Amino acid sequence: MLSVRRFLNTIGPGTLWLVAFLVLPALVMLAYSFLTRVDLARVGPPWTLESWQRVAGYDALFQEWVGDNVRVLWRSVWVAGLSTLLCVLMGYPLAFYIARQDARRKNLLLLLLIIPFWTNFLIRVYAWILILRPFDLVPSLAATFLGMVYAFVPFFVLPVYSSVEKIDWRLLEAAEDLGASPVRAFLAGVFPQTLPGLVAGIILTFIPALGTFVVSDILGGAKTALVGNVIQNQFGQAGDWPYGSALSFLLMGVVLLGLWAYARTAGQKGLEELI
Amino acid sequence: MRRVPQKTDVGPRVPYNHRHDPSKRHGVTAITGVAFKGKRIRELSPDAAVSVVDVVKGYRGAGGAETRVLDDIDLDIRRGEFFSLLGPSGCGKTTLLRLLAGFERPDAGRIIIGGQDMTGVPPHRRNVNTVFQSYALFPHLNVQDNVAFGLRMKNVPAAAQRDRVARALESVRIAEFATRRPDQLSGGQRQRVALARAIVNEPQVLLLDEPLSALDLKLRKELQVELANLQETLGITFVFVTHDQEEALVMSDRIAVMNRGRIEQLGRAEDLYERPRTAFVANFLGSSNLIPGTVQELDGTAAMIRTVHGPLRTTHGAGLRVGQDVTLSVRPEKLRMERDDVAVGNEIRARVDDIVYTGAENQYLLEAAGQRLVAFQLNSDIGADEDFDYEEQVALYLPPDNLIVLEET
Repeated sequence: MLSVRRFLNTIGPGTLWLVAFLVLPALVMLAYSFLTRVDLARVGPPWTLESWQRVAGYDALFQEWVGDNVRVLWRSVWVAGLSTLLCVLMGYPLAFYIARQDARRKNLLLLLLIIPFWTNFLIRVYAWILILRPFDLVPSLAATFLGMVYAFVPFFVLPVYSSVEKIDWRLLEAAEDLGASPVRAFLAGVFPQTLPGLVAGIILTFIPALGTFVVSDILGGAKTALVGNVIQNQFGQAGDWPYGSALSFLLMGVVLLGLWAYARTAGQKGLEELI
Repeated sequence: MRRVPQKTDVGPRVPYNHRHDPSKRHGVTAITGVAFKGKRIRELSPDAAVSVVDVVKGYRGAGGAETRVLDDIDLDIRRGEFFSLLGPSGCGKTTLLRLLAGFERPDAGRIIIGGQDMTGVPPHRRNVNTVFQSYALFPHLNVQDNVAFGLRMKNVPAAAQRDRVARALESVRIAEFATRRPDQLSGGQRQRVALARAIVNEPQVLLLDEPLSALDLKLRKELQVELANLQETLGITFVFVTHDQEEALVMSDRIAVMNRGRIEQLGRAEDLYERPRTAFVANFLGSSNLIPGTVQELDGTAAMIRTVHGPLRTTHGAGLRVGQDVTLSVRPEKLRMERDDVAVGNEIRARVDDIVYTGAENQYLLEAAGQRLVAFQLNSDIGADEDFDYEEQVALYLPPDNLIVLEET
């Protein structure tokens, strides 16, 4: 049996850390989502299911069901998905390009990739307004995508890059030797080796993109509100923390559902069979 | 009705011991010679599986200086033979193998495989397969999927794939590991998988890049024999790269000894060992005593060579001139050590400097007229008094037949 001492010595610190910084705040939010807004940005009893009804689309004022949240959520998913796809298309070749340079150039390129982080994210997104204004692109959905790719491409490139760095290129030769055309040799010999980085990169891009509100707020305008904007609104101007908490749980549910679906269907084996 | 060959058609199943007929491949007539600028420069031997014609390969180093990795290599590898490329690291043997596989292109010269000019043909369109030094197995595929890979790329029907994979696994005796992944196998087992993955494609030529070098000595010796037997059963031409002279001697029908991008000598193992042509070959294959001298007199193929040890007679004097400087080579096990000098000629007086006991034989390090010599004497009897002592004066008798004259290099 696992004694308390052994627990504290082994998995204890990690578990305590997770409990303190992840489980407890989540529980607080869960509790909030069942409370009532008593004043602007204040919560209190009574316990109620009202916020969850609103999340599901029940309009208490007109006493009818509306699909606004579903629409916003759907928009968030496809905007995040398309942004991630754009990041993959741009970042995957970029990671190869960087990894195949000599050591000096490689470090320089990685530095260039990281330098933008030295400036505040908000300021960088505002800078895009100045860049895009002459083209009359702000606010628009196109500007949102541009901002998303700009914001998340480094998070995609870095994990892929670290996979590419470790590639055993002899497998490419082995595949070609066995009769695979260059494209098939890449798919069989190299691509599987980048899978861990690719999956990590996609997760690191898609999840923040799904919850983002800065980019869509500044570059997208009101018509392209994402679930992140709605949540931010509840915690900010609207001051409705219970509703914001419930919406946050909806988002978290979508993410977990996606990860679970990936683990179930497209785990290691599924992806292999694709190739 | 004539059957139209389709892309998926791989032709009739070829049994393993089938010798590829180069004149019938793909219905294209095999070429018989190589021409350069309209001039025929070399005829191709009809029984050659591989012809390397005047191949040059260089790399541009830092500062634009070009180093020649392969310098005018020209050789024929016969169909069905076990051919070894032997040499120290950096001699160009691996580069030559990579040229045959198609991973590199020669700067000049031609690569002819099975009577077809393959010089610019990419690896996936060549009917050769490689066993890599690191095995390069696909880590995400299990053993049988690894072995089936080549067949899958050629769109062999699934049933035939299963059949051929099973036979290939059987022939290298790893059928029971078919569903394991490479990381669940030992080095020797991985080596067998790599071998099966290559031979399942029934290549015209199998290229092996130091496939045994990562294994421990005992396993290596076992696999040497197994590999040689496999080659005999399959009848596939093997081109084997190694830096291990013993490995090459044990396994090969013929060996090309390479040094600094050139072929020093090419021949059967016995020829190379008994009649090395250069000092490099004499020392790379086993060890040799090299004695410099000058030709004093000639009598047919016999010659008298003047050396610091006095005149020495050799029977390998064909083609020499009187007054020519030469180097004599004699293998350490081919000298006879005697306690008493009976003065029959061709002997050297020497002193025992050091004795290395290796079990089967004693290796004597000797000093004679300021030169270091080595002599091996078999330990045939326990406690025999033929054993010599430190500092003992001995006579080394050099049989004229065993005294080889090396080419100047």
